[in-house]
Amino acid sequence: MKKFWKTTLAVAMTACMAMSLAACGSGSSGSSSSAPAAEAESGAADGAIKIGGSGPLTGPAAVYGNAVKTAAEMAVEEINAKDGVQFSLQFEDDKHDAEEAATAYGTLKDGGMQISLATVTSAPGAAVSPLYQEDQTFAITPSGSSPSVIYTDGEGMTGAYGNVFQMCFSDPNQGSGSATYIAAHPDLGSKIAVIYKNDDPYSKGIFDTFKAQAATEGLEIVYEGTFKGEESDFNVQLGDAQAAGADLLFLPIYYTPASQILTQADKMGYKPTVFGVDGMDGILGVEGFDTALAEGVYLLTPFVANAEDEQTKTFVENYKARANGEIPNQFAADAYDCVYALAQACEAAGITADMSNADICAAMVEQFTSMTFNGLTGSDMTWNENGEVTKAPKAMIIENGEYVPAAE
Amino acid sequence: MKEKKSIFSFLMDNRHRSRTISYTMVAVAYIALEILLKSGNLSSLFTGLLVPATCYLVAAIGLNLNVGVSGELNLGQAGFMAVGAFSGVCVSGLLKASVPAVPRLILAIIVGMLLTAFVGFLIGIPVLKLQGDYLAIVTLAFGQIVMNLIMNLYVAFDSAGLHVAFVENNFELQPGGKYLINGPMGATGTERIANFTAGTILVVFALVVVYNLIYSRNGRAIMAARDNRIAAESIGINIAKTKMMAFVVSAALAGAAGALYGLNYSTMVASKFDYNTSILILVYVVLGGLGNINGTLISTVVLFLLPQLLRGLQDYRMLIYAVILIVIMLVTNNEFLKTKASAFRRKKKA
Repeated sequence: MKKFWKTTLAVAMTACMAMSLAACGSGSSGSSSSAPAAEAESGAADGAIKIGGSGPLTGPAAVYGNAVKTAAEMAVEEINAKDGVQFSLQFEDDKHDAEEAATAYGTLKDGGMQISLATVTSAPGAAVSPLYQEDQTFAITPSGSSPSVIYTDGEGMTGAYGNVFQMCFSDPNQGSGSATYIAAHPDLGSKIAVIYKNDDPYSKGIFDTFKAQAATEGLEIVYEGTFKGEESDFNVQLGDAQAAGADLLFLPIYYTPASQILTQADKMGYKPTVFGVDGMDGILGVEGFDTALAEGVYLLTPFVANAEDEQTKTFVENYKARANGEIPNQFAADAYDCVYALAQACEAAGITADMSNADICAAMVEQFTSMTFNGLTGSDMTWNENGEVTKAPKAMIIENGEYVPAAE
Repeated sequence: MKEKKSIFSFLMDNRHRSRTISYTMVAVAYIALEILLKSGNLSSLFTGLLVPATCYLVAAIGLNLNVGVSGELNLGQAGFMAVGAFSGVCVSGLLKASVPAVPRLILAIIVGMLLTAFVGFLIGIPVLKLQGDYLAIVTLAFGQIVMNLIMNLYVAFDSAGLHVAFVENNFELQPGGKYLINGPMGATGTERIANFTAGTILVVFALVVVYNLIYSRNGRAIMAARDNRIAAESIGINIAKTKMMAFVVSAALAGAAGALYGLNYSTMVASKFDYNTSILILVYVVLGGLGNINGTLISTVVLFLLPQLLRGLQDYRMLIYAVILIVIMLVTNNEFLKTKASAFRRKKKA
């Protein structure tokens, strides 16, 4: 009997703990993400076009999913506040996992999704793209940058799904873009070392195309270092790069390991020019990182949070108000652009909520391949019939803790 | 009338009751779901969950043989699934042009199963010399090693034939060539040929294999070796052989499950099969009851569906899922409730 009460007590305690944790969550970031979702869903019931989407809202990649969700909700609310096309948004968690993404797709379909933001990350995106094609539902991914999201044969870049579009640069474009920029600016350095994450399709994808383009441009890569998983010690790779005499360090990786590389290189007294891609965006916000070390870092990015134009300023302000002062990253900007691009296309094609998915899809494909779109992540964006976006990557350099456009 | 009764009592006697219940559950579930599916009444969410559910069922049935019946804690079931999954995907990719979907699926599952059984045999030689915690650690490491090996494996084919490379993909593909496994990107562009019927057949196959093993001479030997190694050896049971049998059959079933799983998604990365997946399957087995196949069937289905049914809770769903797991653990291990339950059972019998 005593044991029984012990167990009951334990169960009750567990429940209490869960509830208090849940309460904590809703006090800080939870309220900003979950409450507006309900609003967005209920606020526009009549005649609203249903937008679906999935991304990692939990797990290690949750930063990206939550950024996309917050920005997309914001854009939907702004659009609904105006007359004209009305949206409602349903955003599901896929934990950055192909299996979960397929399940989330089922949930979205049951929810009556008519247009989709596909997925936030690449691997789940590649799993659901065939499903979107089967059901002829139009999808545009804010940040699924791998070619396998829009092509059935990702490596060969053939067999486009035709109804899955991208808002972000594809990985190959970033790799070759970086190599072209470095070749055009010999003052950055001539001996290149690369450190990339070889269990990450994003990093590996950029590196492969960078290497290929570097070969055609005649660039000299003196060292290739790799790491995996959550590694945080880069002394070996940096030591080898220094020994190989590299004066330019190309880092096609996300900002967390990049900040560690910069810190450790500084401790070693190794000072190469550092060149990153869009994953480097966010390095100035890393906790405990001395931003002075990021001075002079180059990066290719489509979005700069402290740009001076009116559109970006309003976006950043509104986003901060929603996300407890968090500065939006490029994922958020891409998602915001996605929703606005969808609104523009829906207006132009005269899409209404009672149309079938296939009709909407056909009209949207026609619109997207013919229209130009001005957004936060670029102006005069166009899409080809494979779903690839054309926009100019901007090379930025960090000076005095801010992004400044680098020499063209 | 008399004859009918004897068939019933035959099916429900101690030797057969458990499997009668298993087969009935699977048959009823299959028929009900198939009717819903054909009449279009099953939601898209559940339609998408059918095949992965059967995959986890097969892997969990296999693991129960290893952990429950043979008593060896195996934390590498996902590693075996990975071997089956990627070999199955390769077979299907290679034969895409020449073999129609159904025989290709069967072939892929068979190849995945045999290859995994072979890998299981090789791993089993050193592993089964260990016991308890040591065995758990080695199987855990095995799972991680397999995952990392596949992450660095490049397999492609073109008009010049099959190319295989490790760490560096140093081959140039002819036009029209295709990657089957592309290192960290995993298998992409896989044709999805798995279906619910194939999954159910595989579950039935797993049940037949495991039940026939458990209720055979070898099965009794396996359990004897689990309960008292020295006593079993003293009556002439070859411990190494019996343990190996359970280990290899368990691995083979995981391989078959993996092959089916791989052919259900157009893309699959090796990191899916990390220790989290191994633990997940182990949780299905442990909560269902070690050595209890019916418990495994029920707990796998319930625990697999639970996170999806909790989607309505938005941000809190994984939190609530964890709490439910803890509550189940506490409640099922509670002495008071256990005595109540067995008293209830006795009353019913009397």
